[in-house]
Amino acid sequence: MSSYDLYLISPYLAVAGTGLLVVLLDLVFRRKGLLAGVALAGLALGLLLTAVQARDSLGLGGGSGLPNLAIGPGLLAASLAVDRFALFFNVLVLAAAGIVILASVDYLERMRGNHGEFLALLLFSATGMMLLSAAAELITIYIALELTTLPLAALAALLMDRNSSEAGLKYLIVGAISSALMLYGMALLFGFAGTTSVEGIAAALLAPAQQPVPFGSYAVLAAVALLLAGFGFKIAAVPFQMWVPDVYQGAPAPVAAFLSVASKAAGFAVLLRVFYTGFGDFDWHWGALAAGLAAASMTVGNLVAMSQTNIRRLLGYSTIAHAGYILIGVAAVAGTSASQASPGSLTTAGPSSVLFYLAAYVAANLTAFVAVIAISSRIASDRISDYAGLVQRSPFLAAALALALAALIGIPPTSLFIAKLYVFSAAVHSGLAWLALVGVINSVVSAYYYIKVIRVMFLEPPAAQERIHISPTVWAALALVVAATLWMGIAPAAMLGVAEGAVRALSGVAR
Amino acid sequence: MVSEPLVWAILLLPVLSFLIISLVIRPFLNRIPALSGWLLIGCLLAALALSLMTLWAAAGHHVPEFRQHAWLSVGSATIAFGLLVDPLTAVMLVVVTAVSLLVQVYSQGYMKGDPSYSRYYAYMSLFTAAMLGLLLASNIVQLYMFWELVGLASYLLIGFWHHRPAAAAAAKKAFIMTRIGDVGFLIAILYLFFQSDKFAAAGLNAFHIPDIWQAAQPLAAGGAILGGAALTWVVLGIFAGAAGKSAQFPLHAWLPDAMEGPTPVSALIHAATMVAAGVFLVARFYPLFLASSAALTVVALIGAFTAFLAATMGLVMNDIKRVLAYSTVSQLGYMMAALGMGAYSAALFHLFTHAFFKALLFLAAGSVNHAVDTFNMTYMGGLRRHMPWTYVLTIIGGLSLVGIIPLAGFWSKDEILSGVWGSSELVAPWVGRLTFLLLAVSVLLTAFYTLRLVILTFHGQFRGGGEKEREEAGVVAPAPVSAHAADSHHSAAQPAGHGGGHHLAESPMVMLLPMLVLGVGTVAAGYVANPQWVHSLLGIPGHWITEFFHLGLEEALSGREAHLAVPEFSLGMAAASTLIALAGLALAAALYRGRGAETRKDPLERGGPVYVLLNRRYLVDVLYENVLTGRVFYRAVAGALDWLDRNLVDGLVNLTGLVFRNAGRPLGLLQTGQVQFYAVALTLGSLLVLLGYLVLR
Repeated sequence: MSSYDLYLISPYLAVAGTGLLVVLLDLVFRRKGLLAGVALAGLALGLLLTAVQARDSLGLGGGSGLPNLAIGPGLLAASLAVDRFALFFNVLVLAAAGIVILASVDYLERMRGNHGEFLALLLFSATGMMLLSAAAELITIYIALELTTLPLAALAALLMDRNSSEAGLKYLIVGAISSALMLYGMALLFGFAGTTSVEGIAAALLAPAQQPVPFGSYAVLAAVALLLAGFGFKIAAVPFQMWVPDVYQGAPAPVAAFLSVASKAAGFAVLLRVFYTGFGDFDWHWGALAAGLAAASMTVGNLVAMSQTNIRRLLGYSTIAHAGYILIGVAAVAGTSASQASPGSLTTAGPSSVLFYLAAYVAANLTAFVAVIAISSRIASDRISDYAGLVQRSPFLAAALALALAALIGIPPTSLFIAKLYVFSAAVHSGLAWLALVGVINSVVSAYYYIKVIRVMFLEPPAAQERIHISPTVWAALALVVAATLWMGIAPAAMLGVAEGAVRALSGVAR
Repeated sequence: MVSEPLVWAILLLPVLSFLIISLVIRPFLNRIPALSGWLLIGCLLAALALSLMTLWAAAGHHVPEFRQHAWLSVGSATIAFGLLVDPLTAVMLVVVTAVSLLVQVYSQGYMKGDPSYSRYYAYMSLFTAAMLGLLLASNIVQLYMFWELVGLASYLLIGFWHHRPAAAAAAKKAFIMTRIGDVGFLIAILYLFFQSDKFAAAGLNAFHIPDIWQAAQPLAAGGAILGGAALTWVVLGIFAGAAGKSAQFPLHAWLPDAMEGPTPVSALIHAATMVAAGVFLVARFYPLFLASSAALTVVALIGAFTAFLAATMGLVMNDIKRVLAYSTVSQLGYMMAALGMGAYSAALFHLFTHAFFKALLFLAAGSVNHAVDTFNMTYMGGLRRHMPWTYVLTIIGGLSLVGIIPLAGFWSKDEILSGVWGSSELVAPWVGRLTFLLLAVSVLLTAFYTLRLVILTFHGQFRGGGEKEREEAGVVAPAPVSAHAADSHHSAAQPAGHGGGHHLAESPMVMLLPMLVLGVGTVAAGYVANPQWVHSLLGIPGHWITEFFHLGLEEALSGREAHLAVPEFSLGMAAASTLIALAGLALAAALYRGRGAETRKDPLERGGPVYVLLNRRYLVDVLYENVLTGRVFYRAVAGALDWLDRNLVDGLVNLTGLVFRNAGRPLGLLQTGQVQFYAVALTLGSLLVLLGYLVLR
């Protein structure tokens, strides 16, 4: 292993190493508050190393820049792709983990001194997510996925009460089954292509004398369906979403927050990479698949969300619906090439809208969750009716939550307004106008349950009088995500440019 | 010389003032409200200095190309924010910051003791920021945003005393009526948006203003991007927006009502700056107007007709601010007519001088109101003995308005008249003749109503002031509800000044000083900015401002010949217009001089039905409010829509809600909480995807 390889994996090493360090320091430190500082420092180091890699990738530090840093003197080119796409997700995951840690300072008091475990598991899971977005080979994908999932299951059970243990167990079991199914799919693919490299699979699929069936062969079709079980579990798309509401409700609120943004983003990262790079020439086939999943996820998520009385279950169904909106962007890659069967006709509009949507969604959904974490660690309830008159007890928290909910509806000037605009217009340009229409109708329907929460907070008489006080770190977290939500809504150009650049790194698009 | 951050600072200083006043001073420091006034004055002082620097740079061709900051891309259209500093912007920046600064100083005296003092300055900051943003915008969407912000600020300030029904109604009327014009402007922008592919093909941006100018120019390779009937409609859409803001017929009715706002607001917004935004907008897109003879004809005729119509109504008004308001409408008509006739620089020169003398006249009216507690001139009279400064300054402003040599208004009005007289071949000859005729008659009317105003207010005997007015109206003081007893809360703040009409006194220095500065401007602005006879004055070359504006226009036309005449000073025209003005003054003097102390009856009332028609403002307001709004719009259109909404739209919405809510429940039942079921669902789901794909395909 050369020093260049170490450089390539340095962000992952930094975050995972910090995780180990936190476990050790937990034995030494009396003041557990310092542990969060260590964890944040580790995340900052990861961010810094990512920034260094981004600089080299863009050629800002001299040289012409490399689209994929792994294709170089190192040994890792076969398993990892350290490209702008992966770096984009590194930043997203690290930022989300940082915000969650900042926001959970108050909440950790309730965790019976499990600070060290909480932080270390969070860092391990974040490492897995970062690796997942860079994995370019099936075995690496599988390991990264497991590294992501197992700490999350432990985190979900960390409260060690009845609900929390149930959530952890459910996540573990459902996760295990989904990865088992995925493993079947991978085995099938390996059997067909004779390689586990995603690029190699693409080459094998392109070989002549394919049958005129989806993906060229029934085996590949079955493999795709099974792979989807694994990815669908991570992104919480219908019909792989059953675990979501129970886990969101039972798990500690910060864990639910982390699950809802970082885990989903990493899931989309691997989904995009495998489909674009591996099945890029069958874009039309999986485009249709993604469209079907998108429509189902949006509709089911929104429909069931309407009758929820628990804010975390509501947000759980909301994340299912948002997985649907994002899948529209995944589907939107393909439609255009249905008529022109030549390869290389993929557009960047669809996937870059996915990346922008994910960034916007991370900001908006974290705003909602940080507010919910702050509130629920004070009023010890997740029932929407207990949010009554929140505006009188903490006007800023109520305003932030209202802003987040407005963003999740897609009201300007928030990030998700622009994101939905781009996703829907990408769909229309790909000839998926019907899917955009389903998305718009779903957005309108979703306004019902989001606004219901706002109404309870602002118009109903308060359930209790005492004001809700939260600590400065939580304010800092809230301010950051609110600023990000508004920034991407008001001046989206910068983030759009970054998303475009990241998508170009996917070889399926660059071709 | 002048860098981009410095120019942005002109806009950002009042924005900063707005933010600090509304976020810091009003919530936390409301005990010391004077802070907000001084904050804005300080910001404007700095902005004025920067504006002068910008003007200096523009005059010396030292303005660099500013960067465009991309904001949003939709298809081939990119909306970028940036700065556009040409001679037009540079001069307007100075006018707006200077007049705004003076008005804010004046307001320190006028608004003293108002319970909403900080709110006033917050709105004023917002207005000034929006106005400056409008002037600096390099992008039509950016311009439109500030255009609407200006409208919002105007709405807030007209309705500043929102507890008075008349003020609330006037604010609403102003907002709605200008919005009607803005729809035209918006349609024009939307048309440009739909043409963005064509623009992009030529390497242009459909929203970038210099690119829009270019698109209207015939290119070497056959025809312009914008041309023919489409261009005319775009231009007319822009003019509709301009007509709304500048109160041109038929959208003129809101401006006189807008006088319900505080008087400094009227001076700044409804006389000197915002209403001139319409003229600015036409000037901003003048290369487009030049390409459409039909549009120019419309602009010229509407401008001339408005000048005449408003002047006739100004003859009979008894409210001093309303006379001035109609006068403003009329003068804006002059500017529009000049633009329509191709007298581009004359129109802008008049805009420049008008800002000074009309702001002065409004501030003088406020000063009078400060003393007598009413705006109704039938209860004034004889004030020249009590308020000598205000009297002299009103005379200066009034004579400038009439166009008497050597005041500023003379030079600019004379340029407009010569420009229209020697009209170019841009429009048909009859349009030129009709426009000139209407404008010349308006000179007579202007002279008449101005002197009438001066005599009724300052000469003769004092007729009792606001107290007497309320007494006659049967209203118990001190709770006046009449609209004409505006600004009456001053009596609470300064009881000494409003005893029984015998405490008539000159206004405090803080109010007089800005008026004096404006008075100096009114005397000097004419030849300092635009020396006519001499080769150069104080180092300023002859016809400086005219040539400066022309230069800007020529650059906008990218070197194409403008076919615009630089109006040379013509002794004949000057003599003729002065004679007409003198005739008007003589007529007014003959009718109004030497009337008794208690004479309230206006000699014009002998005009019978004509007087009634003028006094009822040609029944235009009745037509708008009772017939169009009440009958046609409210009952017929809104009634039908209401029925549709209740029965069709609500029905569909309710149906959707019903379907979704009821569909959600059974789906929720699947969520059993059994992890075994979840596992099965996951596995089956995977199979379902496979089968669904094969079946549906």
